[in-house]
Amino acid sequence: MDFVVILQAGVASGTVLLFATLGEILAERSGVLNLGVEGMMLIGAMTAFSVTIATGNPWIGLLTAMLFAGLISQIHAFITVTLQADQVVSGLSLTLVGAGISLVLGEGLSKAGTVSLMPNFSIPLLVQIPVLGDIFFKEQSVLVYVGYLMIPLAWYYINHTRPGLHLRAVGEYPSAADALGINVYRLRYFYVFIGGIFAGLAGATISLAVSPGWFSELTTGGQGWIAIGLVIFAQWDPFRAALGSYAFGALRRLILDIQAPLTLFGVDNPFYYNPYLSFFLQMLPYAFTVIVLVIGSREAIRKRLGAPAALGEPYIRGERGK
Amino acid sequence: MHKTQSKIAFVAMIVVLVISACAPKVEEVGGFQIPAIEEGKFNIGMVLIGPHDDGGWSQAQYEGLLYVKENVPNTHVAYIENVPEGADSEQVFRALARKGFDLIFGTSFGFGDSMEIVAGEYPDTMFIHLTGIKSNQKNFGNLMGAMENMKYLAGMLAGARAKQDGETKLGYMATFPIPEEVRLGNAIALGMRKTCPECTMDIRWINTWHDPVIEKEAAASLFDAGAYVVFTGADTPAVADVAMEKGKWGVTYDWYGSCKVERCLTAPYWVWGPEYARITKGVIDGTYIPGWDYFDAETGALGLYGFMEGQSLTPGVADLDPAVIQEVRDLIAQMLAGKFTRFDVFKGPINDNKGNVVLPAGQSLEQVDLDAFPEFGLPCSIDVCMKWWAEGITAELPE
Repeated sequence: MDFVVILQAGVASGTVLLFATLGEILAERSGVLNLGVEGMMLIGAMTAFSVTIATGNPWIGLLTAMLFAGLISQIHAFITVTLQADQVVSGLSLTLVGAGISLVLGEGLSKAGTVSLMPNFSIPLLVQIPVLGDIFFKEQSVLVYVGYLMIPLAWYYINHTRPGLHLRAVGEYPSAADALGINVYRLRYFYVFIGGIFAGLAGATISLAVSPGWFSELTTGGQGWIAIGLVIFAQWDPFRAALGSYAFGALRRLILDIQAPLTLFGVDNPFYYNPYLSFFLQMLPYAFTVIVLVIGSREAIRKRLGAPAALGEPYIRGERGK
Repeated sequence: MHKTQSKIAFVAMIVVLVISACAPKVEEVGGFQIPAIEEGKFNIGMVLIGPHDDGGWSQAQYEGLLYVKENVPNTHVAYIENVPEGADSEQVFRALARKGFDLIFGTSFGFGDSMEIVAGEYPDTMFIHLTGIKSNQKNFGNLMGAMENMKYLAGMLAGARAKQDGETKLGYMATFPIPEEVRLGNAIALGMRKTCPECTMDIRWINTWHDPVIEKEAAASLFDAGAYVVFTGADTPAVADVAMEKGKWGVTYDWYGSCKVERCLTAPYWVWGPEYARITKGVIDGTYIPGWDYFDAETGALGLYGFMEGQSLTPGVADLDPAVIQEVRDLIAQMLAGKFTRFDVFKGPINDNKGNVVLPAGQSLEQVDLDAFPEFGLPCSIDVCMKWWAEGITAELPE
């Protein structure tokens, strides 16, 4: 069992979670909880693969996927921002809608064969850094490198720019933001759209880079839900989101690689001697998501973790107090 | 004016009503559309765990179903795909039986308990379960074939490939720790050791039959750990796709069309059609007695890609030692003639990977051993039944 290999694979598959989590952080920072990440990711994965087959160009596939997922997200924005309906119910329906659309439009795509994929390459110089170079900069997909850039950019945008300040204001105290002349509705629509674009990018990262192909709902396999859990774990912070995403990506691979060695840390490796234990490992990411979501559903705890104060609440102009 | 409009609207309404009354009603159970039967025909339903075009297990099943439709007169066939194992499947089997299907095939191990329950409720419907271990010997039967024969031959080819290229490690991506998966893994290892006595084989459990993403990750895990040829026990050709990336070799499974890419060495595969037709005819005549129906290679229901009639060797096999290729050809000829069976694959001397003798020279396993673990309480001919890994496999099974 080679930890460098596990982390290398973990960074690649963790990039999917990273994009989805960053997108959800931006949407939630504006005060809109969108549980439709899984559905938007499926839309993204299907669109990216399908358009790439049709055009032969994965970049066009990628951009179309982001746009389509972004458009789908606007259903949620319309229902929750304009119609001021319950965000949880609308988000869950968005997951069903996204899954349904992608399954229908993706019919037959599973046997479409191979397509041109996102390029993999090493970053000169950086790849020579011992250990870290192998993990982060060796033969990774271009999307993995895009992920590295997104982490500080998202952090800087949220915390140190004027639009980021507006974003936070809308999520924390929308009526005050409104009084300052910020258009709360428009910004919420915008960040739900951005969240959709990121979810589409996450889906495209699966179907064009990490696990090329379209395998109906198994393509995402519940990763959209893990991303929603990771947002709470990350306390709405991009750097912590990156940490969690890469850790969960590495866990996917660790579950398999840990079955190989005879001993772990000098004792008999239980995962070698008892294959049934691998069931337990596979459960962990989902169990984590359930636990985090249960904890995060308690308002007091959520506040203490740093959740945007107006998260989940529709903004109704002229209503007092909020 | 208004009158004409309302007349048109009235006519349109009637048309819509007539159309909707004539359109076949689609029944839905648990999100699955239950297909209709055709009156006056013998109706056969099939429940698939994956998509019918998965390029592997389910596709081979689906093609077997089409074969029955074409070769057994007066039959109507239908399938439901992507049905998960467990409670969901029970509803689907019950709905098919209620609908009036005469013969229902359930094609995944985890459908067994559901089928057993529903078979008890619908005694006039015949249920055939593939890959399982149960039967009520009345209307719930078990069907499986000796895939170990073809896995054994594929193991010989993989061992020869590794040896020729100076490698010593193979990999087997196994699904669940059940007798079937252990039996097939052992058959691969026995074949491997025949052509490459110093080779070993690594195992990864993935705990799913059909998940292309996890299958790819597990294949990568095996290749990265040094495996040169990786076998799959799951449903899709993921191993060969990953072998392309890694510049190594994959052995796919289940369907003759699964072995398309350049780095696919071979594929042991199923040809379900003739067996399904035999069973269907038997059920129609009332001569088929369900139980534990286990066919061998002479039925023509098993194949090894590249070696069967009309096929040519894959590039990865073509340049192997001609003596090995000839030996595989000879064994296939014997298998098709019924002279080399599963009991010749599992024939002593066989040692397990802890150095114990599983079978002394000259002794063969018996049928019951193939599909049992000791805890099942079946009268195995050896104490360990199928709960052992053959020499060369670097893995363990729990006590």
